[in-house]
Amino acid sequence: MTDNAQHLIDLTAFTADHCLKCNICTAACPVASITPLFPGPKTVGPQAQRMRLPGAPSPDHSIDYCSGCGICTLVCPHGVRVMEINTQAKAQMTATHGISLRNWFLSRNERWGRLGTPFAPLINFGLRLWLARWFAEKAVKISARAPLPRWAGYTFRGWWKKQVRQHPRPAPASDAQRVVYFHGCSTNTYEPHIGKLAVAVLEHLGLYVEIPPQTCCGLPAQSNGDFKAARRYARKNIAFLVDYARRGIPIVGTSASCMTAIKGDYQHVLGLDDPDAQLVAEHTYDFMEFLAKLHREGKLPTDFHPIERELPYHAPCQLKAHGMGRPALDVLDLIPGLRCWEIDADCCGIAGTYGFKAEKRAIAETVGKPIAEQVEAASAEVVVCDTETCRWQITSLTNATTIHPVELVAQAYGLTVDRYTPPVTARQM
Amino acid sequence: MTPQTVDVLVIGGGATGAAALYDLARRGVRALLVEQNDFTTGTSGRYHGLLHSGGRYAVRDPETAQECIAENTILRRITPFAIEDTGGLFVATLDDPADFPAQWVTGCAAAGIPTEQLTPEQARAQEPALTPNITAVYRVPDASVDSFDLIHGFIAAARTYGCKTLIYHRVTQLIHEGDTIVGARLEDTRTGATRIIHAACILNAAGPWVSVIAGLAGIAVEVKFDRGAMIAMNMRWVNTIVNRLRPAADGDILVPVGAVCVLGTTSVMTDHPDDYRIEPWEVSKILNEAEAVVPGIRYGRALRAWAGVRPLYESPAAHHNDTAGRAVMRTFSVLDHAALHGVRGLVTVVGGKLTTCRLMAEQTVDVVCQQIGVTAPCTTAREVLPGATTRYHRLDQRLHRLEHGETPGELICECEMVTRPQIEQAIAAYGDQPVALDDLRRDLRIGMGPCQGGFCSYRAAAILQEVKGHSALETNRAFAAFVRERYQGVRPLLWGHQLRQFYLDELIYRRTLGLDWLTGDYDPHENVYAEGDHD
Repeated sequence: MTDNAQHLIDLTAFTADHCLKCNICTAACPVASITPLFPGPKTVGPQAQRMRLPGAPSPDHSIDYCSGCGICTLVCPHGVRVMEINTQAKAQMTATHGISLRNWFLSRNERWGRLGTPFAPLINFGLRLWLARWFAEKAVKISARAPLPRWAGYTFRGWWKKQVRQHPRPAPASDAQRVVYFHGCSTNTYEPHIGKLAVAVLEHLGLYVEIPPQTCCGLPAQSNGDFKAARRYARKNIAFLVDYARRGIPIVGTSASCMTAIKGDYQHVLGLDDPDAQLVAEHTYDFMEFLAKLHREGKLPTDFHPIERELPYHAPCQLKAHGMGRPALDVLDLIPGLRCWEIDADCCGIAGTYGFKAEKRAIAETVGKPIAEQVEAASAEVVVCDTETCRWQITSLTNATTIHPVELVAQAYGLTVDRYTPPVTARQM
Repeated sequence: MTPQTVDVLVIGGGATGAAALYDLARRGVRALLVEQNDFTTGTSGRYHGLLHSGGRYAVRDPETAQECIAENTILRRITPFAIEDTGGLFVATLDDPADFPAQWVTGCAAAGIPTEQLTPEQARAQEPALTPNITAVYRVPDASVDSFDLIHGFIAAARTYGCKTLIYHRVTQLIHEGDTIVGARLEDTRTGATRIIHAACILNAAGPWVSVIAGLAGIAVEVKFDRGAMIAMNMRWVNTIVNRLRPAADGDILVPVGAVCVLGTTSVMTDHPDDYRIEPWEVSKILNEAEAVVPGIRYGRALRAWAGVRPLYESPAAHHNDTAGRAVMRTFSVLDHAALHGVRGLVTVVGGKLTTCRLMAEQTVDVVCQQIGVTAPCTTAREVLPGATTRYHRLDQRLHRLEHGETPGELICECEMVTRPQIEQAIAAYGDQPVALDDLRRDLRIGMGPCQGGFCSYRAAAILQEVKGHSALETNRAFAAFVRERYQGVRPLLWGHQLRQFYLDELIYRRTLGLDWLTGDYDPHENVYAEGDHD
């Protein structure tokens, strides 16, 4: 078979060819089981795909109710990229009808994070006002119950620049000691402590951290069908990262969803499968995946301080999409005293920007209910989770504090950073 | 039973018979169409879906080429609901004779077929699946046509003028009065009941069976049976019809029709009008030829295969040494048996293409009208069929209708998007006549998608039981018959995807639903089947 042919068969749309109609994806879909508004991943995915004209507007608007969690793709035994097919159809819809103001707003989170930083106290105050939220729901259809982040008031990148200026580091002897950190927008403006802890952990491992320019991974734009913007973001990131990938330097990130975008969606959803995109994808790791890999290679120091806690862990859908198991649990298992157990639930419901939308908020809350029930049954005050929007959603559903697994790793290594109070502390010896 | 009298009895529920019924109807003739099975079960239903521009015949058969382009234009106007305006490409590859495109362009120009040369880059921009090895490529006004919709359209239009139809009735005898045929004896193929129809003239449009009908009048009509196999791929690999730009040969068309892409065809001379065999070499040949134009298509999912029999006819006056199917002209002949054989009251039409069905009907009905003294001219080319929509059919219409509540109710056939009320309506349309699931398949396309009835056949069987008040055994047998029929289509393609699907379907039918026990055909104690279901 020629390369051309192989290429065509590998295209996302053609994976519909593999569908046997078995309904495993529909049975696993967290949305289809709770709302008649979404007929299910098989129906809007491989089934509808045969009835869509390439280039023509997709006539089925129910696809908008797909949250894009990707569980369908994960469970398909035949290799149909169901979520990817759905997302491409959504993009076709957006290309035809244009993007709504609300979806455009949610797709440009990167911009609001940056622009809002100087006004953090004002915004944080304003967005907690009942009236403001009510107005946002009525005017732009952003649910008044959706969990909004708090602006940190400073950016991770700003902190890093200052850090590098104040503490110049000697360049490493070889590229093998370098690592690129992809912080993502949320870490940059809402949760800089996660970035600071990640850098601390990487440096503790003896690695020279590089933080090249970067922009939004593009996932919010992609999920809202704005492929033009998503591809623009993606191309920028690829350009920023490809030189590192070419030198074999790993690119690690603490947001499992950003990393799945770079690793898989750029190629399978956005259709960017040039050699540069592939090279970057091959060198990209989720943060915990990277630590687990180091451990397998015998390069992860395990001199952890004990953390005597039992904590529920939620594996975000986007993390499952990596197809790498549960590296966070593998690594956290190495910490003495710490017992993390995985919550028996598929999806928290938020699915990126989905749960922020007024008409979808109730669906998102129902999808996330099993998580809330298990966290409450365990009387857990802290929940561990790799992705920011899932953490915010779990907090809003449970009142528990949610943390990224890197926070536990940092604690166990005895690492602290400024302006951060660990919610879980390790016993210092 | 009292004999029924009509002006004209049309034999054959394919494209020509249906178009003839409509033509007669518009001329004010009371006509009845009789079909031995369901509509569209013969050659017209075993068709690839290509509405020819005529380009395929431009070099060797200019007459057919001219007819095709003229009728292509007319059918687009009068039956847009059955046509998708895909356009067509003629593609020459490195393997094809280099001098052919020039001859072909000349032929097209002479036949009045508009052609537009594209660069290989333009062609590949339009159809990314095409091979990079293109040496020449032209655009022609091909289109794809759903023959089920086309024929149903003609029938429905004829009915608005008061014409009638009778399906599952076979002509067993022609009634003579001296040298004139005055009627026919029909047998209900499902109950065995017979009836007599008197007619001033009989129009024999029985396709491959025309010689059987003519034989009942003692007239020999030499028809050659040319069998051709086709394969439907699960996805539309191309959205424009792709023809190989070379002298007509096996496997040189790819037709996007409905949700599938049909690859065709072969040409094998056979002795029987109902020889629907597909030999393994035919499947390989078709896939290999398609692979040359669309690399990788062999590795895609082949959904089902079927064969049709082209009735080819050459008048005894013509002299052709070459007896192979492709050498016989594809034009048609109207046989006025009064002039040819001294037998009045019978006119036969034979040969031709689905694309020219309206023209065949026109010319045959002209002869029939002459015999019965009707002077009204043919008006079928003028306007859209009554009661039909005037827009071109589009692939995404079904999805649109489903999504916008135009086809409400539970989804029964998921692949082809058929809902419960649609099935109930289709059953109701048969009145008190028996309905097989396979009839509903032709009416609605149930069971024609990727799972080939795996998930809809038992649901549809249950609806049939509810509506018709069948017994459980009758329902189970109807279900089993449908499963068997679908199996015929996938049998030549049991590898890869379709083997997986088939195995899943078999597990559903035979393990979960215990089909063999339900129909009473299987004796579990002896572990044998009473009938040869597992062929």
